[in-house]
Amino acid sequence: MTTSAGRNWRQTLGGWLNRGALPYALIFGVLILGTYQVYESPRSLMAFLILMSTPVLVYYLRVKTWFKVAMLVALAVGVIPVVGVRNIFYLEVVFQICVFAALALGLNIVVGFAGLLDLGYVAFYAVGAYSWAIFGSKQLSILHTVPGAAPASAPFALRPEWFWFFLFAGVALAGLTGLLLGLPVLRLKGDYLAIVTLGFGEVIRVLANNLDKPLNLTNGPQGITPIQRPPLPPAFIMQPVEAWLGALVGHPVTDAEMYNVFFYFMALAVILIVILVARRLDDSKLGRAWTAIREDETAAVAMGIPLVRAKLAAFAAGASFAGCMGVLLAANRTFVSPESFSFLQSIGVLTMVILGGVGSIPGVLVGAAVVVILNIQVLQSLSSYLSQLRQSDAVIPLINFPWKDLSTQLDPAKYQKFLFGIILVVMMIFRPAGIIPAERRKRELAREEPVEDETPAPPDKAKA
Amino acid sequence: MAGILLDVHNLTKRFGGLLAVSKVDFTLEQGALASIIGPNGAGKTTFFNMLTGLYTPDTGTITFDAHSLVGKRSDQITALRLARTFQNIRLFGNMSVIENVLVGMHTRLRQNIPDALFRTRRFHDDEAAAHKRAEEILNYVGLQGAGNELAKNLPYGAQRRVEIARALAVEPKLILLDEPTAGMNPQETQDAMALFRRLRDDKGITVLLIEHDMRVVMGISERITVLDYGEKIAEGTPEQVRKNQHVIEAYLGRGTTQAALA
Repeated sequence: MTTSAGRNWRQTLGGWLNRGALPYALIFGVLILGTYQVYESPRSLMAFLILMSTPVLVYYLRVKTWFKVAMLVALAVGVIPVVGVRNIFYLEVVFQICVFAALALGLNIVVGFAGLLDLGYVAFYAVGAYSWAIFGSKQLSILHTVPGAAPASAPFALRPEWFWFFLFAGVALAGLTGLLLGLPVLRLKGDYLAIVTLGFGEVIRVLANNLDKPLNLTNGPQGITPIQRPPLPPAFIMQPVEAWLGALVGHPVTDAEMYNVFFYFMALAVILIVILVARRLDDSKLGRAWTAIREDETAAVAMGIPLVRAKLAAFAAGASFAGCMGVLLAANRTFVSPESFSFLQSIGVLTMVILGGVGSIPGVLVGAAVVVILNIQVLQSLSSYLSQLRQSDAVIPLINFPWKDLSTQLDPAKYQKFLFGIILVVMMIFRPAGIIPAERRKRELAREEPVEDETPAPPDKAKA
Repeated sequence: MAGILLDVHNLTKRFGGLLAVSKVDFTLEQGALASIIGPNGAGKTTFFNMLTGLYTPDTGTITFDAHSLVGKRSDQITALRLARTFQNIRLFGNMSVIENVLVGMHTRLRQNIPDALFRTRRFHDDEAAAHKRAEEILNYVGLQGAGNELAKNLPYGAQRRVEIARALAVEPKLILLDEPTAGMNPQETQDAMALFRRLRDDKGITVLLIEHDMRVVMGISERITVLDYGEKIAEGTPEQVRKNQHVIEAYLGRGTTQAALA
């Protein structure tokens, strides 16, 4: 009963908002307001959230496709680089959203489309990251030294231009790792598969941790640094961009800032390709085969679907997305260490998929954005607000408790996992299919709810 | 009649101490409409599962359309145009009816992964042809207009039809129907029987049924094979099987033979 009331409420609101030019004005207004706010007060979290609500409005309101595309392009290409250079932290946030969105989309192919629970997904990310980390750093020149004892004068093994090659090599390598892992384990089902993939994730992390001897490939727990970045585009492109950005931002743009913009655009390009690939695979013979396998393996195989090959394709596709982002991350951070590829990271990506909506591409994107923003923005700013209060003489009203005496143990940033646990539990109770459920689930709901133009369904059918 | 389509020789399957199917010989001519009957636990479904590669036989050979099936995987067998339905309906419940049929076409579609990624002409042609064919098949089994329903939301009888439609999408030479009329009302059963006849008469598909409903079995089968405790105890036309003493004993128990014949 509550769900149908909720749907009516949403329908009413939708009908009210979607009249005439209102949705256009709304989207445009929020974009302009958000841009202005972030531009004027680059440190305000609220301003950033207003700006980031533009894509959400674009998704939900009914406007022409060209308008949606125009607004999203304006946001991604016009607004974010400018406000991002004014407060470089925002570029970092958006970059992380892109990285995790690509990871989540890859995992979504394995978990959402094919229904194979993979708890070691981050291993493929590690494969991609380490592939460029090893070849794009001085590591190959200091193979025979003990970690930490390498001379600073050691040369880089490859020129930075090789990054572009490794962007593709990382995809291939991670895809290949997916195949190699998949071959022996994909005969397993459900829980057994989950446990084996969990083990595999740990194996890769432990390898990265220990492959500093006999040959110092990974530099062990200290991680590899510095890793080269690809050269910025040639001057005839960079100079006008720098001038343009500098004029809009109000101060000259440094090379470091340009690198952030550059990586942001690369991450954006990768995520667009990943979305395209995921959508096209899903809407094809292979995508149908994945769904069929998820629904009923025995029936799928009886319909002529080669189980192992279809599952391997899912594993390899998911893994290659992670590999690509791994290479990009290694270059962006100029540092990788085994710590970044822990089991909790795998769980984090899985959380994004489940929170956003298993099997739903827009859902997974929103899931990644929500988790990243919560993680590195909302909780952080709550923490810093709290520590400000603690330094002031303010007291909590009513109970007269001075903020000063509040234990530092109550720092919200320390409750990250706790909060995610609560959010997940609440989501699973009230919205088990995720923030934006997959089309399949939506169609299921649409059956009970006649579309406005159609004659209402007979009451017995509506209840079914 | 054309040649032999399915030739099974000395087929045996053992589950631990239970002899599920024991030394069964069985042949099916091209274009036949035949049934396998037998009491519960007689090994009928096990027999089907061996034909379709879900179980590996302990001994024996299966030759279908000049290919040996023993040792082949299920999907390879399906690709040879042998399709089946399941006793307990196994549709892809959260997929639409038309998607279920499209999955059945898996082995018949020519698109590959690069085609899907780059949306080549072959991909578009392939998908358009597949959708058209799926609509035709749905019309053929009497499910016109139900293509966009989720399979699990259909009534029981319609779900059985979707399963048959999905099997037809394989473009089979032989279709194995495992208790296709179970749970149907008399009218639905009549329609289903008419459908099975049409499959054979218009489409030339060889049909092999497992069936409990004797009206169906006696009504449409040209040949009947009777299994009991995994062994073949009788074979012949409906008339011959009806009078076979072993069959009557298997169904009604020893000592009732005279009464039943009277």
